[in-house]
Amino acid sequence: MSDKKKSNIFQQLGKSQVWKSIIRSGIPRTRRQRMMSVLNSLFLHLHPVRLPRHAVKLRFTWCMGGLTFFLFLVLTISGILLMFYYRPTVEYAYTDMIDLGEQVPLGIMREIHRWGAHAMVITVWLHMFRVFMTGSYKPPREFNWAVGVILLLITLLLSFTGYLLPWDQLAIWAITVGANMARATPFLGHEGPGAALLALGDINFVHIGSDVKFALLGGRFVGEAALLRFYVLHCIGLPFIIMILMAVHFWRIRKDGGISGPT
Amino acid sequence: MIMNEEGKKEQTVSGNELGQDSTPTKPTLKEKVGKKEASASIGKGTFEEEISRRSFFSWLTIAWITFSIATGAFFTMILRFMFPNVLFEPPQSFKVGYPKDYTVGQVDVRWKRKHGIWMVRNPEYIYALSTICTHLGCTPNWLLNEQKFKCPCHGSGFRKSGINFEGPAPRPLERFKILLADDGRILVDKTKIFQYEKGQWNDPESYLVV
Repeated sequence: MSDKKKSNIFQQLGKSQVWKSIIRSGIPRTRRQRMMSVLNSLFLHLHPVRLPRHAVKLRFTWCMGGLTFFLFLVLTISGILLMFYYRPTVEYAYTDMIDLGEQVPLGIMREIHRWGAHAMVITVWLHMFRVFMTGSYKPPREFNWAVGVILLLITLLLSFTGYLLPWDQLAIWAITVGANMARATPFLGHEGPGAALLALGDINFVHIGSDVKFALLGGRFVGEAALLRFYVLHCIGLPFIIMILMAVHFWRIRKDGGISGPT
Repeated sequence: MIMNEEGKKEQTVSGNELGQDSTPTKPTLKEKVGKKEASASIGKGTFEEEISRRSFFSWLTIAWITFSIATGAFFTMILRFMFPNVLFEPPQSFKVGYPKDYTVGQVDVRWKRKHGIWMVRNPEYIYALSTICTHLGCTPNWLLNEQKFKCPCHGSGFRKSGINFEGPAPRPLERFKILLADDGRILVDKTKIFQYEKGQWNDPESYLVV
Protein backbone atom coordinates (compact mmCIF):
# COMPACT_ATOMS: atom_id res chain seq x y z
CA MET A 1 0.00 0.00 0.00
CA SER A 2 2.65 2.48 1.09
CA ASP A 3 4.85 1.29 -1.75
CA LYS A 4 2.12 2.05 -4.22
CA LYS A 5 1.58 5.47 -2.69
CA LYS A 6 5.27 6.20 -2.91
CA SER A 7 5.45 5.27 -6.56
CA ASN A 8 2.43 7.45 -7.23
CA ILE A 9 4.14 10.41 -5.65
CA PHE A 10 7.21 9.87 -7.78
CA GLN A 11 5.00 9.39 -10.80
CA GLN A 12 3.32 12.72 -10.13
CA LEU A 13 6.69 14.33 -9.52
CA GLY A 14 7.97 13.03 -12.84
CA LYS A 15 5.00 14.57 -14.63
CA SER A 16 5.19 17.93 -12.89
CA GLN A 17 6.31 20.97 -14.80
CA VAL A 18 9.05 21.72 -12.28
CA TRP A 19 10.65 18.33 -12.80
CA LYS A 20 10.23 18.45 -16.55
CA SER A 21 11.64 21.95 -16.83
CA ILE A 22 14.77 20.96 -14.93
CA ILE A 23 15.33 17.26 -15.67
CA ARG A 24 13.64 17.37 -19.11
CA SER A 25 13.31 13.65 -19.67
CA GLY A 26 10.98 12.54 -16.89
CA ILE A 27 12.00 9.89 -14.40
CA PRO A 28 14.55 7.79 -16.24
CA ARG A 29 13.43 4.19 -16.58
CA THR A 30 15.17 2.93 -19.66
CA ARG A 31 18.83 3.07 -20.62
CA ARG A 32 18.11 5.70 -23.21
CA GLN A 33 16.22 7.86 -20.73
CA ARG A 34 18.98 7.51 -18.17
CA MET A 35 21.48 8.59 -20.77
CA MET A 36 19.36 11.55 -21.82
CA SER A 37 18.85 12.75 -18.25
CA VAL A 38 22.61 12.73 -17.77
CA LEU A 39 23.31 14.46 -21.07
CA ASN A 40 20.65 17.12 -20.50
CA SER A 41 21.93 18.20 -17.09
CA LEU A 42 24.85 20.57 -16.79
CA PHE A 43 26.05 19.02 -13.56
CA LEU A 44 25.51 15.37 -14.48
CA HIS A 45 27.01 15.67 -17.95
CA LEU A 46 30.40 16.43 -16.40
CA HIS A 47 30.44 12.77 -15.51
CA PRO A 48 30.53 10.21 -18.33
CA VAL A 49 27.22 8.56 -19.18
CA ARG A 50 28.84 5.17 -18.86
CA LEU A 51 32.32 4.04 -18.17
CA PRO A 52 34.06 0.71 -18.48
CA ARG A 53 34.38 -1.21 -15.24
CA HIS A 54 38.13 -1.66 -15.58
CA ALA A 55 38.63 2.08 -16.01
CA VAL A 56 37.87 2.88 -12.38
CA LYS A 57 40.09 0.17 -10.93
CA LEU A 58 41.91 1.76 -8.04
CA ARG A 59 45.14 -0.05 -8.68
CA PHE A 60 45.30 1.51 -12.11
CA THR A 61 44.26 5.14 -11.52
CA TRP A 62 45.00 5.45 -7.77
CA CYS A 63 42.08 7.90 -7.97
CA MET A 64 44.69 10.63 -7.83
CA GLY A 65 43.09 12.93 -10.39
CA GLY A 66 39.74 12.65 -8.63
CA LEU A 67 41.35 13.25 -5.24
CA THR A 68 43.13 16.30 -6.60
CA PHE A 69 39.84 17.71 -7.83
CA PHE A 70 38.18 16.87 -4.51
CA LEU A 71 40.96 18.69 -2.65
CA PHE A 72 40.56 21.62 -5.02
CA LEU A 73 36.89 21.83 -4.04
CA VAL A 74 37.76 21.58 -0.34
CA LEU A 75 40.32 24.36 -0.78
CA THR A 76 37.87 26.52 -2.71
CA ILE A 77 35.15 26.23 -0.07
CA SER A 78 37.43 26.60 2.94
CA GLY A 79 39.26 29.43 1.16
CA ILE A 80 36.05 31.36 0.54
CA LEU A 81 35.14 30.91 4.20
CA LEU A 82 38.55 32.15 5.32
CA MET A 83 38.09 35.27 3.20
CA PHE A 84 35.21 36.30 5.45
CA TYR A 85 37.61 36.83 8.35
CA TYR A 86 40.99 37.61 6.79
CA ARG A 87 42.08 41.12 5.81
CA PRO A 88 45.15 41.31 3.55
CA THR A 89 46.79 44.33 5.15
CA VAL A 90 50.05 44.62 7.06
CA GLU A 91 48.08 45.85 10.07
CA TYR A 92 45.59 43.00 10.29
CA ALA A 93 46.84 39.98 8.30
CA TYR A 94 48.81 38.26 11.07
CA THR A 95 46.30 38.90 13.86
CA ASP A 96 43.41 37.85 11.65
CA MET A 97 45.28 34.62 10.91
CA ILE A 98 45.74 34.04 14.67
CA ASP A 99 42.07 34.89 15.30
CA LEU A 100 41.05 32.32 12.70
CA GLY A 101 42.53 29.67 14.96
CA GLU A 102 41.53 31.06 18.33
CA GLN A 103 38.32 33.06 18.15
CA VAL A 104 36.50 32.33 14.94
CA PRO A 105 34.02 29.43 15.14
CA LEU A 106 35.50 26.18 13.80
CA GLY A 107 39.09 27.19 14.40
CA ILE A 108 40.29 24.33 12.22
CA MET A 109 39.14 26.01 9.00
CA ARG A 110 42.58 27.45 8.35
CA GLU A 111 44.21 24.10 9.14
CA ILE A 112 41.86 22.38 6.69
CA HIS A 113 42.94 24.87 4.05
CA ARG A 114 46.63 24.49 4.89
CA TRP A 115 46.72 20.71 5.06
CA GLY A 116 44.46 20.49 2.02
CA ALA A 117 46.96 22.60 0.11
CA HIS A 118 49.85 20.35 1.13
CA ALA A 119 47.82 17.28 0.20
CA MET A 120 46.87 18.71 -3.17
CA VAL A 121 50.49 19.27 -4.15
CA ILE A 122 51.22 15.67 -3.19
CA THR A 123 48.24 14.24 -5.09
CA VAL A 124 49.11 16.29 -8.19
CA TRP A 125 52.63 14.84 -8.16
CA LEU A 126 51.34 11.29 -7.61
CA HIS A 127 48.76 11.80 -10.37
CA MET A 128 51.49 12.84 -12.80
CA PHE A 129 53.68 9.97 -11.64
CA ARG A 130 50.86 7.50 -12.31
CA VAL A 131 50.09 9.01 -15.70
CA PHE A 132 53.75 8.77 -16.59
CA MET A 133 54.16 5.19 -15.39
CA THR A 134 51.07 3.96 -17.24
CA GLY A 135 52.15 5.78 -20.36
CA SER A 136 48.94 7.77 -20.42
CA TYR A 137 50.75 10.84 -21.70
CA LYS A 138 51.19 9.23 -25.12
CA PRO A 139 49.23 10.36 -28.21
CA PRO A 140 46.44 11.29 -28.45
CA ARG A 141 46.76 12.43 -24.82
CA GLU A 142 49.95 14.44 -25.22
CA PHE A 143 48.08 17.75 -25.30
CA ASN A 144 46.35 16.90 -22.04
CA TRP A 145 49.73 16.08 -20.50
CA ALA A 146 50.88 19.57 -21.46
CA VAL A 147 47.75 21.07 -19.91
CA GLY A 148 48.45 18.99 -16.82
CA VAL A 149 51.97 20.36 -16.56
CA ILE A 150 50.57 23.90 -16.59
CA LEU A 151 48.04 22.85 -13.96
CA LEU A 152 50.92 21.59 -11.82
CA LEU A 153 52.65 24.92 -12.26
CA ILE A 154 49.55 26.85 -11.20
CA THR A 155 49.04 24.54 -8.22
CA LEU A 156 52.57 25.36 -7.10
CA LEU A 157 52.00 29.07 -7.70
CA LEU A 158 48.81 28.89 -5.62
CA SER A 159 50.87 27.32 -2.83
CA PHE A 160 53.51 29.99 -3.24
CA THR A 161 51.07 32.92 -3.15
CA GLY A 162 49.17 31.39 -0.24
CA TYR A 163 52.43 31.06 1.65
CA LEU A 164 52.70 34.82 2.16
CA LEU A 165 49.22 35.39 3.51
CA PRO A 166 49.80 34.40 7.19
CA TRP A 167 52.25 37.34 7.22
CA ASP A 168 54.53 35.82 9.84
CA GLN A 169 58.32 35.73 9.71
CA LEU A 170 58.34 32.44 7.83
CA ALA A 171 56.00 33.83 5.20
CA ILE A 172 57.83 37.11 4.66
CA TRP A 173 61.29 35.57 4.35
CA ALA A 174 60.14 32.62 2.29
CA ILE A 175 58.59 35.00 -0.23
CA THR A 176 61.65 37.23 -0.06
CA VAL A 177 63.82 34.26 -1.00
CA GLY A 178 61.36 33.05 -3.62
CA ALA A 179 61.01 36.47 -5.18
CA ASN A 180 64.78 36.91 -5.24
CA MET A 181 64.98 33.91 -7.51
CA ALA A 182 62.91 35.88 -10.01
CA ARG A 183 65.81 38.32 -10.27
CA ALA A 184 67.73 35.67 -12.17
CA THR A 185 65.01 35.02 -14.76
CA PRO A 186 66.55 35.17 -18.25
CA PHE A 187 65.83 38.56 -19.85
CA LEU A 188 63.08 39.38 -17.34
CA GLY A 189 65.10 39.52 -14.11
CA HIS A 190 67.63 42.30 -13.76
CA GLU A 191 70.36 39.84 -12.73
CA GLY A 192 69.32 37.21 -15.23
CA PRO A 193 71.25 36.26 -18.37
CA GLY A 194 70.43 38.48 -21.30
CA ALA A 195 69.00 41.31 -19.21
CA ALA A 196 72.02 43.48 -19.96
CA LEU A 197 71.36 43.06 -23.67
CA LEU A 198 68.00 44.77 -23.34
CA ALA A 199 69.51 48.21 -23.30
CA LEU A 200 69.68 51.22 -25.56
CA GLY A 201 73.00 52.90 -25.07
CA ASP A 202 73.15 53.76 -21.40
CA ILE A 203 69.49 53.06 -20.74
CA ASN A 204 68.75 49.66 -19.21
CA PHE A 205 65.22 48.50 -19.73
CA VAL A 206 65.45 45.71 -17.18
CA HIS A 207 66.68 47.09 -13.89
CA ILE A 208 65.81 46.61 -10.23
CA GLY A 209 62.76 48.84 -10.55
CA SER A 210 61.37 47.27 -13.69
CA ASP A 211 62.06 43.55 -13.69
CA VAL A 212 59.80 40.56 -13.04
CA LYS A 213 60.52 40.55 -9.33
CA PHE A 214 59.37 44.16 -9.11
CA ALA A 215 56.17 43.24 -10.91
CA LEU A 216 55.60 40.25 -8.65
CA LEU A 217 56.02 42.19 -5.40
CA GLY A 218 54.68 45.52 -6.56
CA GLY A 219 57.78 47.08 -5.02
CA ARG A 220 61.40 46.48 -4.12
CA PHE A 221 60.72 44.33 -1.05
CA VAL A 222 57.95 42.21 0.48
CA GLY A 223 55.56 44.80 1.88
CA GLU A 224 51.98 45.97 1.80
CA ALA A 225 51.80 45.94 -2.00
CA ALA A 226 53.20 42.41 -2.20
CA LEU A 227 50.69 41.15 0.35
CA LEU A 228 47.74 42.59 -1.57
CA ARG A 229 49.15 41.37 -4.88
CA PHE A 230 49.64 37.82 -3.61
CA TYR A 231 46.19 37.87 -2.03
CA VAL A 232 44.48 38.84 -5.28
CA LEU A 233 46.51 36.30 -7.24
CA HIS A 234 45.78 33.60 -4.67
CA CYS A 235 42.04 34.24 -4.37
CA ILE A 236 41.03 35.43 -7.84
CA GLY A 237 43.75 35.40 -10.49
CA LEU A 238 45.21 31.92 -10.27
CA PRO A 239 41.94 30.13 -9.40
CA PHE A 240 40.40 31.78 -12.46
CA ILE A 241 43.12 30.41 -14.73
CA ILE A 242 43.23 26.98 -13.08
CA MET A 243 39.46 26.53 -13.45
CA ILE A 244 39.56 27.23 -17.16
CA LEU A 245 42.45 24.81 -17.63
CA MET A 246 40.74 22.21 -15.44
CA ALA A 247 37.68 22.40 -17.68
CA VAL A 248 39.93 21.83 -20.70
CA HIS A 249 41.72 18.99 -18.87
CA PHE A 250 38.51 17.14 -17.96
CA TRP A 251 36.93 17.68 -21.35
CA ARG A 252 40.07 16.41 -23.06
CA ILE A 253 40.03 13.27 -20.89
CA ARG A 254 36.50 12.50 -22.06
CA LYS A 255 37.34 13.18 -25.69
CA ASP A 256 40.44 11.02 -25.56
CA GLY A 257 38.63 7.89 -24.41
CA GLY A 258 37.87 8.53 -20.75
CA ILE A 259 40.01 7.74 -17.75
CA SER A 260 42.40 4.93 -18.50
CA GLY A 261 40.29 3.66 -21.39
CA PRO A 262 41.54 2.78 -24.84
CA THR A 263 41.43 5.67 -27.26
CA MET B 1 12.50 -15.70 -4.79
CA ILE B 2 14.81 -13.05 -6.09
CA MET B 3 13.49 -13.44 -9.59
CA ASN B 4 9.99 -12.89 -8.28
CA GLU B 5 11.12 -9.75 -6.59
CA GLU B 6 12.72 -8.56 -9.78
CA GLY B 7 9.64 -9.38 -11.76
CA LYS B 8 7.55 -7.26 -9.42
CA LYS B 9 9.90 -4.34 -9.78
CA GLU B 10 9.82 -4.57 -13.53
CA GLN B 11 6.06 -4.46 -13.35
CA THR B 12 5.98 -1.06 -11.69
CA VAL B 13 8.74 0.16 -13.93
CA SER B 14 6.87 -0.54 -17.14
CA GLY B 15 3.75 1.17 -15.81
CA ASN B 16 5.63 4.33 -14.99
CA GLU B 17 7.58 4.39 -18.15
CA LEU B 18 4.53 4.41 -20.33
CA GLY B 19 2.70 6.77 -18.05
CA GLN B 20 -0.19 4.31 -17.81
CA ASP B 21 -1.63 2.00 -15.23
CA SER B 22 0.02 -1.35 -15.56
CA THR B 23 -2.08 -3.83 -17.50
CA PRO B 24 -1.65 -7.57 -17.01
CA THR B 25 -0.14 -8.13 -20.48
CA LYS B 26 2.50 -5.39 -20.51
CA PRO B 27 4.40 -6.42 -17.38
CA THR B 28 4.84 -9.98 -18.56
CA LEU B 29 6.25 -8.68 -21.79
CA LYS B 30 8.60 -6.41 -19.93
CA GLU B 31 9.46 -9.18 -17.53
CA LYS B 32 10.53 -11.34 -20.41
CA VAL B 33 12.63 -8.58 -21.84
CA GLY B 34 14.12 -7.97 -18.43
CA LYS B 35 14.98 -11.63 -18.05
CA LYS B 36 16.47 -11.71 -21.49
CA GLU B 37 18.62 -8.72 -20.70
CA ALA B 38 19.66 -10.27 -17.44
CA SER B 39 20.62 -13.58 -18.96
CA ALA B 40 22.43 -11.84 -21.78
CA SER B 41 24.36 -9.66 -19.39
CA ILE B 42 25.43 -12.62 -17.29
CA GLY B 43 27.38 -13.89 -20.23
CA LYS B 44 29.10 -10.55 -20.68
CA GLY B 45 29.96 -10.37 -17.00
CA THR B 46 28.38 -7.03 -16.20
CA PHE B 47 27.10 -5.44 -13.07
CA GLU B 48 24.14 -7.72 -12.30
CA GLU B 49 26.35 -10.75 -12.08
CA GLU B 50 28.08 -9.88 -8.83
CA ILE B 51 25.76 -7.53 -7.00
CA SER B 52 22.09 -8.35 -6.76
CA ARG B 53 19.57 -5.58 -7.29
CA ARG B 54 18.41 -5.82 -3.70
CA SER B 55 21.82 -5.50 -2.08
CA PHE B 56 22.67 -2.71 -4.49
CA PHE B 57 19.68 -0.73 -3.32
CA SER B 58 20.46 -1.30 0.35
CA TRP B 59 24.01 -0.08 -0.19
CA LEU B 60 22.65 2.89 -2.09
CA THR B 61 20.33 3.72 0.82
CA ILE B 62 23.19 3.59 3.32
CA ALA B 63 25.30 5.72 1.03
CA TRP B 64 22.59 8.33 0.61
CA ILE B 65 21.86 8.49 4.34
CA THR B 66 25.56 8.91 5.09
CA PHE B 67 25.90 11.52 2.39
CA SER B 68 22.86 13.44 3.66
CA ILE B 69 24.12 13.46 7.24
CA ALA B 70 27.58 14.59 6.17
CA THR B 71 26.15 17.30 3.94
CA GLY B 72 23.79 18.47 6.68
CA ALA B 73 26.60 18.62 9.22
CA PHE B 74 28.75 20.46 6.68
CA PHE B 75 26.18 23.17 6.05
CA THR B 76 25.42 23.47 9.76
CA MET B 77 29.11 24.08 10.37
CA ILE B 78 29.32 26.65 7.59
CA LEU B 79 26.29 28.43 9.03
CA ARG B 80 27.92 28.46 12.47
CA PHE B 81 31.12 29.76 10.92
CA MET B 82 29.31 32.91 9.78
CA PHE B 83 28.54 33.94 13.37
CA PRO B 84 31.76 35.29 14.92
CA ASN B 85 32.57 34.70 18.59
CA VAL B 86 34.45 37.97 18.97
CA LEU B 87 33.24 41.33 17.71
CA PHE B 88 35.51 44.23 16.85
CA GLU B 89 32.90 46.80 17.76
CA PRO B 90 32.56 49.23 20.64
CA PRO B 91 30.83 47.57 23.61
CA GLN B 92 27.08 47.93 24.03
CA SER B 93 27.43 49.13 27.61
CA PHE B 94 30.09 51.66 28.58
CA LYS B 95 30.96 54.47 31.01
CA VAL B 96 30.74 58.09 29.93
CA GLY B 97 32.35 60.05 32.76
CA TYR B 98 30.92 61.78 35.83
CA PRO B 99 27.64 63.73 36.07
CA LYS B 100 29.60 66.91 36.75
CA ASP B 101 31.15 66.61 33.26
CA TYR B 102 27.82 67.61 31.77
CA THR B 103 26.45 71.14 31.75
CA VAL B 104 22.79 71.82 32.38
CA GLY B 105 20.93 72.66 29.20
CA GLN B 106 23.61 71.37 26.84
CA VAL B 107 23.68 68.54 24.35
CA ASP B 108 27.00 66.71 24.65
CA VAL B 109 28.20 65.34 21.30
CA ARG B 110 31.52 63.82 22.41
CA TRP B 111 30.26 60.19 22.37
CA LYS B 112 28.42 60.49 19.07
CA ARG B 113 31.10 58.95 16.83
CA LYS B 114 32.31 56.21 19.14
CA HIS B 115 29.16 55.05 20.90
CA GLY B 116 26.32 56.63 18.94
CA ILE B 117 24.72 58.62 21.77
CA TRP B 118 24.05 62.22 22.74
CA MET B 119 24.19 62.99 26.44
CA VAL B 120 21.69 65.67 27.44
CA ARG B 121 21.40 67.25 30.85
CA ASN B 122 18.43 69.31 31.91
CA PRO B 123 17.86 70.88 35.36
CA GLU B 124 16.55 67.67 36.84
CA TYR B 125 18.21 64.72 35.11
CA ILE B 126 20.56 63.32 32.43
CA TYR B 127 19.48 61.07 29.56
CA ALA B 128 21.25 59.25 26.69
CA LEU B 129 19.69 59.79 23.25
CA SER B 130 20.22 57.49 20.31
CA THR B 131 21.87 59.12 17.27
CA ILE B 132 19.87 56.94 14.86
CA CYS B 133 17.14 58.82 12.99
CA THR B 134 13.80 57.05 13.37
CA HIS B 135 13.00 57.63 9.70
CA LEU B 136 15.58 55.52 7.82
CA GLY B 137 18.51 55.24 10.19
CA CYS B 138 20.81 58.11 9.19
CA THR B 139 22.67 60.13 11.83
CA PRO B 140 21.24 63.61 12.49
CA ASN B 141 23.37 66.60 13.54
CA TRP B 142 22.91 68.72 16.64
CA LEU B 143 22.42 72.32 15.44
CA LEU B 144 23.38 74.52 18.36
CA ASN B 145 21.93 77.78 16.97
CA GLU B 146 18.59 76.26 16.12
CA GLN B 147 18.57 74.01 19.21
CA LYS B 148 17.43 70.96 17.29
CA PHE B 149 18.65 67.67 15.84
CA LYS B 150 18.43 67.81 12.05
CA CYS B 151 18.83 64.77 9.84
CA PRO B 152 20.78 65.51 6.63
CA CYS B 153 19.15 62.69 4.66
CA HIS B 154 15.48 63.69 4.55
CA GLY B 155 15.24 66.68 6.86
CA SER B 156 13.69 65.15 9.94
CA GLY B 157 13.94 67.43 12.95
CA PHE B 158 13.96 66.54 16.64
CA ARG B 159 13.87 68.74 19.71
CA LYS B 160 16.44 68.52 22.45
CA SER B 161 14.22 66.01 24.23
CA GLY B 162 14.36 63.79 21.15
CA ILE B 163 10.76 64.35 20.14
CA ASN B 164 10.23 64.75 16.39
CA PHE B 165 8.56 67.90 15.12
CA GLU B 166 9.37 68.15 11.39
CA GLY B 167 10.22 66.00 8.40
CA PRO B 168 9.32 62.38 7.73
CA ALA B 169 10.49 60.84 11.03
CA PRO B 170 7.50 58.92 12.43
CA ARG B 171 8.50 58.87 16.10
CA PRO B 172 10.93 60.40 18.61
CA LEU B 173 14.54 59.34 19.02
CA GLU B 174 15.12 56.46 21.40
CA ARG B 175 16.73 56.73 24.80
CA PHE B 176 19.05 54.18 26.41
CA LYS B 177 19.27 52.78 29.91
CA ILE B 178 21.39 55.02 32.11
CA LEU B 179 22.55 54.57 35.71
CA LEU B 180 25.27 55.56 38.14
CA ALA B 181 28.01 52.92 38.50
CA ASP B 182 29.69 52.14 41.85
CA ASP B 183 32.66 54.33 41.01
CA GLY B 184 30.40 57.36 40.56
CA ARG B 185 30.59 57.37 36.80
CA ILE B 186 27.64 57.21 34.44
CA LEU B 187 26.99 53.84 32.83
CA VAL B 188 25.00 53.65 29.58
CA ASP B 189 23.54 50.34 28.42
CA LYS B 190 22.46 50.39 24.77
CA THR B 191 20.86 46.95 24.93
CA LYS B 192 17.89 48.42 26.80
CA ILE B 193 15.84 50.87 24.73
CA PHE B 194 13.13 53.29 25.92
CA GLN B 195 10.61 54.68 23.44
CA TYR B 196 8.55 57.80 24.09
CA GLU B 197 5.51 56.64 22.14
CA LYS B 198 5.26 53.60 24.39
CA GLY B 199 5.40 55.75 27.53
CA GLN B 200 8.77 54.25 28.46
CA TRP B 201 10.48 57.59 29.11
CA ASN B 202 8.76 57.62 32.51
CA ASP B 203 10.75 54.52 33.43
CA PRO B 204 13.29 55.54 36.10
CA GLU B 205 15.96 53.52 34.25
CA SER B 206 15.67 55.83 31.23
CA TYR B 207 17.04 58.88 33.04
CA LEU B 208 19.55 59.65 35.76
CA VAL B 209 18.50 62.10 38.46
CA VAL B 210 21.38 64.30 39.59
